[in-house]
Amino acid sequence: MKELLLIFVPFVGAALAAVWPSERTRPWLLPSFAAVHTGLVFWMLVNPPTVAPAAWFGFDPLARAVLPAVSLLFLACAVYGVSYLRIRSERPNRVFVAALLAILGLLSAGHQARHLGLLWIATEAVTLAAVPLLHFNSTPRAFEATWKYLLIGGTGIALSLLGSFCLGYASLRGGGSGDLTFTALMAQGAALSRPWVLIAWVLLLVGYGTKMGLAPMHTWKPDAYGEAPGIVGAILAGGVTTVAFTAILRVRAVVDAAGASEVAGRTLLVVGLFSMLVAALLLLATRDFKRMLAYSSVEHMGILVIAAALGRAGVWAALFHVWSNSLTKGALFLSAGNIRRAAGGRTIDEVSGMTAVTPQSAAIFVTGMFAVTACPPFGPFFSELRVLRAAVETGHGVAAGMFLAGLLFVFFGLTRLVFAIVDGRPRVSASKTGESRVRETAGVILPPLILLGFSLWLGLATPSVLRDAWTAAVEQLFPSP
Amino acid sequence: MNQTLNLLVGVAMGLNLLALGSSRLPSVIRTMAVQGVVLGVLPLVIEQDFDWLVALVALVTVAVKGFVIPTMLRRAMRSANIEREVEPFIGFVPSLLLGAVGTIAAVAVAGALPLLPEHTGTLLVPGALASVFTGFVLMVGRVKAISQVCGYLILENGIYLFGLLLIHSTPLLVESGILLDLTVGVFVIGIIVDRIQRAFDSLDTRKLTVLRE
Repeated sequence: MKELLLIFVPFVGAALAAVWPSERTRPWLLPSFAAVHTGLVFWMLVNPPTVAPAAWFGFDPLARAVLPAVSLLFLACAVYGVSYLRIRSERPNRVFVAALLAILGLLSAGHQARHLGLLWIATEAVTLAAVPLLHFNSTPRAFEATWKYLLIGGTGIALSLLGSFCLGYASLRGGGSGDLTFTALMAQGAALSRPWVLIAWVLLLVGYGTKMGLAPMHTWKPDAYGEAPGIVGAILAGGVTTVAFTAILRVRAVVDAAGASEVAGRTLLVVGLFSMLVAALLLLATRDFKRMLAYSSVEHMGILVIAAALGRAGVWAALFHVWSNSLTKGALFLSAGNIRRAAGGRTIDEVSGMTAVTPQSAAIFVTGMFAVTACPPFGPFFSELRVLRAAVETGHGVAAGMFLAGLLFVFFGLTRLVFAIVDGRPRVSASKTGESRVRETAGVILPPLILLGFSLWLGLATPSVLRDAWTAAVEQLFPSP
Repeated sequence: MNQTLNLLVGVAMGLNLLALGSSRLPSVIRTMAVQGVVLGVLPLVIEQDFDWLVALVALVTVAVKGFVIPTMLRRAMRSANIEREVEPFIGFVPSLLLGAVGTIAAVAVAGALPLLPEHTGTLLVPGALASVFTGFVLMVGRVKAISQVCGYLILENGIYLFGLLLIHSTPLLVESGILLDLTVGVFVIGIIVDRIQRAFDSLDTRKLTVLRE
């Protein structure tokens, strides 16, 4: 029952937002409903409900291991949203608030779906619900980005539907019933028709990989993140991508059970390393700090799938990294949004000296940059260390070397951009508009600061309840014989 | 039953080629709509015993794919005031040839795949693969937003054809969810098309090049 509440509470909020009369008070629906959701999901994290094995739907260990991170990120973004929408009061926010809350409900549905069809419906619906958020700014560039997002994302998601059907056919051909629940597919195991399983794996990896933004299907990402408000970027990068990632994990468990674990691991490793490489090269080239965040997200998605290729220890590290990435990326996106508004520009040719204009946001931005490039003692350092250890332990020495090289290049790319923006002398126009228009209120500073605090806490003292949740999720994906 | 099925899928495959070869947007939309109707009837042909639920889903599919979506697209087309596809990336004759090659390849590939005995004689799998391929050619090869959407819908039609292989095992709830998502998707696309038209004063996706890196 509670697992359904996780979906219905945000939906009720979305419906309420759609009919709420006042533009001024409507944004408060965001943090109120997000807080209920977060409370509920953390209560369930501590007291996990039991899920019937054949259930289509439920708060299973994998959902328990990931959904709280999404909810926490959403709550921080929701609090930020109140201040953000007050600043942007010239634009109507009815659709924006409703779509954001709907996304929270759909993300909960996607994380809890234990049936390939349901998972697909939820992912597709999230894709569509994000559309009005992307063109909130209503600039021609925003519409262009939205169009690319729709077309590329739509194709990707269509391919994952085809992949889902192929997996169903693998079950039929193998003498099964064609039941698309993950439990039934895993139970059928080696009986699944191997050629169909492999076709399904490729299609599902490409499909959900597009949603995650793995290279070479990442091309929508810089545009979308660059044009959308920071709060939307944070939710896309830390929330929506995680649904696609857990989808890949769930499918991977089926492919493992079908005896194609080798192939699955190798493809994940190659795609992951390629994503890191592409992200690193693009980071060294770009001059736009919002697109920089998108490339950084591509890199972290690469890290996630690399980790997923490295057996039990790797998947454990991947779940850890989902948390540290979501929370740290949230802090970066929100502080970058503050800087962007104050500076009035997005490239290092237009923006500099932001320490003088927005000292607090700049400080969070720089700290977040160090956190996200895996500097101790933040969460990403420890999760990436575990990925590295899993790589070495499973005998992937070359991959580990490439992984480290990728991290190093990304570090160069990010520091180059970030310091160009915060250092130096503020541009005259920027400082003028900055002082007259943007004040760093608590509403726009505290949410990223708290997210960064969580990232630090994850690194210094990972709570044991989370460790248990991740172990349980690994156990679900790789059942011990 | 297989003969009727093959006839209908064959018609759908022919419509693929028609869509690839036509330059006028209304005829592409019409082709896609007819294909949607043909595919919508298929579940009734496959299920020997008449079932109200299957009939209902078939009816809704025909209505959505054959009428609702084409109407939305026609409205978007009228508001954008464009009639034809000009200077496509892949010309009409080359795309037609590509489509023909793709169709032959689809038949060959389907022959190599391990199918269940009851599916080996049917055109379901080749038809699905050919439609997916046609959809891709249209999406990559055309420059008008509406042609690209038609390509996307033909791709979806191909996936729907493949889904029919699972008609006995996939619950109708899932089918209807997929249909709903598709409708909302086209609705959203329609809105975006309208906005792009206003923002760029054109529906030529070649003009969407500000964000190039």
